[in-house]
Amino acid sequence: MSLKSEQTSAHGGVPETTAPYQPVFVGAARAELERLRPSYPTMQALLLPALWIIQRERGWISEAAMAEAGEVLKLTPAYVKGVVTFYTMYHTHPVGRHFIQVCTTSPCSICGSEETLAAILRYTGCGELGATSSDGRFTVIEVECLGACGFVTPIMVDDDFIESVTPERVPDILARYP
Amino acid sequence: MGFPYPSDPRETVLLSKYFGDAGARSYTGWTERGGYEGVKTALGMAPEAVVEEMKASGLRGRGGAGFPTGLKWSLMPKKADKPHYLVCNADESEPGTFKDREIMRWTPHALIEGCLIAAHAIRAERIYIYIRGEYTEPLAIMERAVAEAYANGAAGENVFGSGTRIDVTLHRGAGAYICGEETAMLNSLEGKRGNPRIKPPYPAQAGVFGLPTTINNVETLAAVPHIMVRGAAWYKSLSLSNPKSTGTKLISVCGHVARPGNYEVTMGTPMRELIYDMCGGMRPGRTLKAVIPGGSSVPIMNAEEADRCLLDYEGVVAAGSMLGSAGMIVMDDSTDMVRAIWRLAKFYAHESCAQCTQCREGTAWTTKILERILAGLGKESDLQLLLDLSENMTGKTICVLSDSCAAPIVSGIQKFRGEFDAYLAKARTPAMATA
Ligand SMILES: Cc1cc2nc3c(=O)[nH]c(=O)nc-3n(C[C@H](O)[C@H](O)[C@H](O)COP(=O)(O)O)c2cc1C
Ligand code: FES
Repeated sequence: MSLKSEQTSAHGGVPETTAPYQPVFVGAARAELERLRPSYPTMQALLLPALWIIQRERGWISEAAMAEAGEVLKLTPAYVKGVVTFYTMYHTHPVGRHFIQVCTTSPCSICGSEETLAAILRYTGCGELGATSSDGRFTVIEVECLGACGFVTPIMVDDDFIESVTPERVPDILARYP
Repeated sequence: MGFPYPSDPRETVLLSKYFGDAGARSYTGWTERGGYEGVKTALGMAPEAVVEEMKASGLRGRGGAGFPTGLKWSLMPKKADKPHYLVCNADESEPGTFKDREIMRWTPHALIEGCLIAAHAIRAERIYIYIRGEYTEPLAIMERAVAEAYANGAAGENVFGSGTRIDVTLHRGAGAYICGEETAMLNSLEGKRGNPRIKPPYPAQAGVFGLPTTINNVETLAAVPHIMVRGAAWYKSLSLSNPKSTGTKLISVCGHVARPGNYEVTMGTPMRELIYDMCGGMRPGRTLKAVIPGGSSVPIMNAEEADRCLLDYEGVVAAGSMLGSAGMIVMDDSTDMVRAIWRLAKFYAHESCAQCTQCREGTAWTTKILERILAGLGKESDLQLLLDLSENMTGKTICVLSDSCAAPIVSGIQKFRGEFDAYLAKARTPAMATA
């Protein structure tokens, strides 16, 4: 494993720290990946599951982590990066403590999801989409159809899927995420 | 049932019977409700006989294309001298569609049983269920159900003592609408970017890991146990209009109806009955303007077309659109059609995998032109430009994402031209600040 330093904040313009990279795939995380191995005929097929493990452990997927996944699965770092950046759910930079996704695709949009989004931006103080609030608590993004179009507005806060969110419900819901 | 509302007597509840009944989620709860009988029957039959039963039932794919399920299974090689795979498409991301999610949340064992029957029929040794990354709750419920299936001998090395080995693996997607396209899904499963593949070769010859593969939608597979238990003839008899459309269909209804939800109806049920009787009609004081009946990828219908539409594969075509995934987006007279269409175009622009030029450029340009129209900066020639671009986006790419973007644009201009003209003539207040 290379000891390339991990960028701890590519996001807020804060200078990088140079703490040595701590590998993810040791101990329990390594065992978890090994357990999946018999389910697939190739190592490469473990890439999406491996990236999920990294994101769960670290909150985001740094270049160093991509390199580690590549090393474990015998793929080049460039290949891994190509895959990571294809999928919208993998974070390639740090995000707030709570990551909020709000659906604004047409079925939700015609039923008022943009007002809910505006209320969420106001409550969190994020100001704009994709930005992290100054207290580091929230990042808010727009997301495409969450597959719950009958229950406008569906949002995701981290791994929690919450339906029928209205501007009025926003403060109560988000208060649960300190 | 018109889930989450109580079931309507006009529905035919097969797949949705236990929606809302948390007791149906466990292995024991499911067997108490008659579960896992279909797969036992199937395992006692030759794979070919199961395929014939599916053919006779008339079941067609519920994922969007409506391809006959029995015929699809029959395209798999008869010999299993190399591994065969079944891939269950649980990527549900077509705007307007939210039915597969309820199947997984409430009746996970129905899906597992359908998968096992299909796997036996196509001689697959492993089932991959590819679940979209955002479906965290359905995934957790499916994980529990798969573990229970293994613990009870319903999956693994000796399924129900038949001597057949079938393994089940859940695979989590990571946010990409295109991975619902079956060959993109295969690439994604292999740990690649989710780019659709050029066909041929078809998945039945060279699918995931280059091996024979069948891909079926969640709802298609969840219907299979019912056919095994009650027979093809019974299933085929569930048809109110055209004998080529059989069984029940879960219709996700969203938008401006009084009671949005999932409604399960017999094929051929009039759309009117669904909207006005089962869904409680439009919101108070509003009238119907348009319906997109098959998820967002199909032509928009106006109120007159919706009024005479029968909900089956042929009926929706006769009324000017397609049944698709049956995610029905209902829009009332308050809807700004230009804005609704723009937001769909933006969806496709965001979700294009960018492999084909017509799609990558076409989805982006149509979105920008619609933005400029909404900002009050549109030109008279813009509508023709949109139609020309749409023409170039149809039938020319590896998959049909680009065609899907063109469908609502072209039908929108045809059927709601006045709303576009109002923006162009500056008779309407811009709905967007800048283009
Ligand atoms: C862009 C695109 C997205 C698709 N998304 C889905 C999807 O989310 N779920 C699904 O079951 N089928 C989807 N399909 C259809 C699949 O390619 C495939 O036809 C289907 O899963 C086959 O299963 P069936 O025969 O049981 O319907 C999509 C197709 C395209 C072109
Ligand atoms: S459009 Fe918002 S969940 Fe489908």
